[in-house]
Amino acid sequence: MKIGARIGLSLGKATRDAFGLALAELGREYPDIVVIDGDVHNSTRTEYFAREFPDRFFNVGIAESNMVGIASGLAACGKRPVVASFAAFILCNAFDQLRMGVAFPELPVKVVGSHAGISIGEDGPSQMGIEDVALACALGGFAVVVPADEPSTRAATRAMIEHPGPVYLRVGRPKVPVVYTDGCEFQIGRANELRDGTDVTLIANGLMVAAALEAAYLLEQEDISARVVDMHTVKPIDVAAIQAAAEETGGIVVCEEHLHYGGLGAAVAQTVAETSPCRMAFVNLGDRYAESGTPDELLEAYGLTAEAIVAAARRVLE
Amino acid sequence: MATTLSDTKRQELEAIAKRIRRHIIASTTKAGSGHPSSSLSAVEIAVTLFFGGVMRYRPQEPGWPDRDRFILSKGHAAPLLYAVLAEAGYFPVEELQTLRRIGSPLEGHPNRKRLPAVEASTGSLGQGLSIGLGHALAARLDGRDYRVYVLLGDGEIDEGQVWEAAAAARKYQVSNLIAIIDHNGYQQTGPTSEVLDMEPIAEKWRTFGWDVQEIDGHDLDALAAAFAHATAAEAPSVIVARTVKGKGIESVLKELKDENMHGKPLPEEAAQKALALLS
Ligand SMILES: Cc1ncc(C[n+]2csc(CCOP(=O)(O)OP(=O)(O)O)c2C)c(N)n1
Ligand SMILES: [Mg+2]
Repeated sequence: MKIGARIGLSLGKATRDAFGLALAELGREYPDIVVIDGDVHNSTRTEYFAREFPDRFFNVGIAESNMVGIASGLAACGKRPVVASFAAFILCNAFDQLRMGVAFPELPVKVVGSHAGISIGEDGPSQMGIEDVALACALGGFAVVVPADEPSTRAATRAMIEHPGPVYLRVGRPKVPVVYTDGCEFQIGRANELRDGTDVTLIANGLMVAAALEAAYLLEQEDISARVVDMHTVKPIDVAAIQAAAEETGGIVVCEEHLHYGGLGAAVAQTVAETSPCRMAFVNLGDRYAESGTPDELLEAYGLTAEAIVAAARRVLE
Repeated sequence: MATTLSDTKRQELEAIAKRIRRHIIASTTKAGSGHPSSSLSAVEIAVTLFFGGVMRYRPQEPGWPDRDRFILSKGHAAPLLYAVLAEAGYFPVEELQTLRRIGSPLEGHPNRKRLPAVEASTGSLGQGLSIGLGHALAARLDGRDYRVYVLLGDGEIDEGQVWEAAAAARKYQVSNLIAIIDHNGYQQTGPTSEVLDMEPIAEKWRTFGWDVQEIDGHDLDALAAAFAHATAAEAPSVIVARTVKGKGIESVLKELKDENMHGKPLPEEAAQKALALLS
């Protein structure tokens, strides 16, 4: 992964691995955690939990709608169910079940979507969850969390398990640069400022946090001071952090590995419009599906780079 | 009833099957990812359809309205589909080497927008039979006599949508819809008997009102006979084809201690061994 290399960020585990390992650890602490799989535990990394707690692990075959229905029933009986599959399959295939079985009855089911974004690479667009954040945000009462790296995913997994309501946690396939230290502060709904700045704010989540840090470094070379905010929670959005960014820096660029509509960009823009209107620009996948390729090639070809963020920041500053 | 192949025809099909197996292995190893074992189990099925005189198609005119349709519902077997299409003349065989590379229409899973010969974009399992039913109903509406062949995995039939399509196909008695189940006994995380046992598979389809045949999915004569029967049937028809995942390179998979080898290309050295087995 090229992102972050220029500023010396080292590669950590993939966020799916960080999630899987953290889940197995949390399983020891919380005997009510149960995990539902759809024939993909070696992809989502719930395999670690499965190995340690075979009695609390249910692989129900390739059947995402059924997975969510079962989780709904388990949650109604006081369990803490985690359903994990590819982001594309669990949200798109089981959306009605998520709506009727989880969101509407407000049951604390934890939904984890792996293989999010185009950075899965060669498997191609059918396997890439790039509309998952929009779908999850559309489910009433869901918290939607998109962590950036290994340490913050570990913390996010705990936060998800301890959150009283339904949560969607988005994780990715490739190893990603580390931007946090172990034991980092992580609260659902509370953004983390990773770098202060005065001229413009780069708000990002997931893999794009590292790209935003890289962009801030490039902007610094041009004497532009960029604030970088990790908006790991898309819902409920951190209104105060966004308002402060708008008022203190006067312009915002939102960066995400997701389609233009309904994701982090939309959530930030709504907040900006309501609190303190300022100039904004968006770095995302636009309104199209990607293709097969290596993760680096795709991120470059589909405009998810530090350079693209720098260009967007310049538009905001014009 | 056995429509037995002539010796020359069988030899011809065997030779094509061997070439296709080589393409599958070479292209996935070159790509460094993909699903060779899932592709290898269905080689004889696809070869019989495309080269055994079962399907009618025009490589120069992929959109020919009267063509028979082949829908790869188990989209992860894309390397098989691409190898078959190349051998059938839809595009040059050399292009197979671009599998999964940026810019290539040969994506990790079939994409009909990028490659006109692909009938349905697949890769999210469980959806191909419904799409096939749509094609089959369109034939009826348009007064055309093409047939629709849908290849499904035995893990794929875990998906509820498959059975929704099965029930609807019976309702509309679409005799031009033929499903083939690649019954290789494995899915992603283990044997189908352990992950989610759908046996008795044939019995299930029978109770859904389908014409059902159970055959050895690597036996070219049995496949030819089964398709002859299926195309003559009055009801929607399913062929439960018993197959071996990774067929043709079992000894190599055994050496790698991974009989399922799901979603993994052969390492370079193993690929060389496999290609030697198939030369
Ligand atoms: C809806 C959906 N869920 C999960 C997957 C991930 N997946 C890809 S292949 C596969 C196993 C398929 O097994 P089977 O249908 O038996 O095909 P085989 O590889 O054995 O030919 C799974 C679970 C998927 N592609 N689509
Ligand atoms: Mg199978």
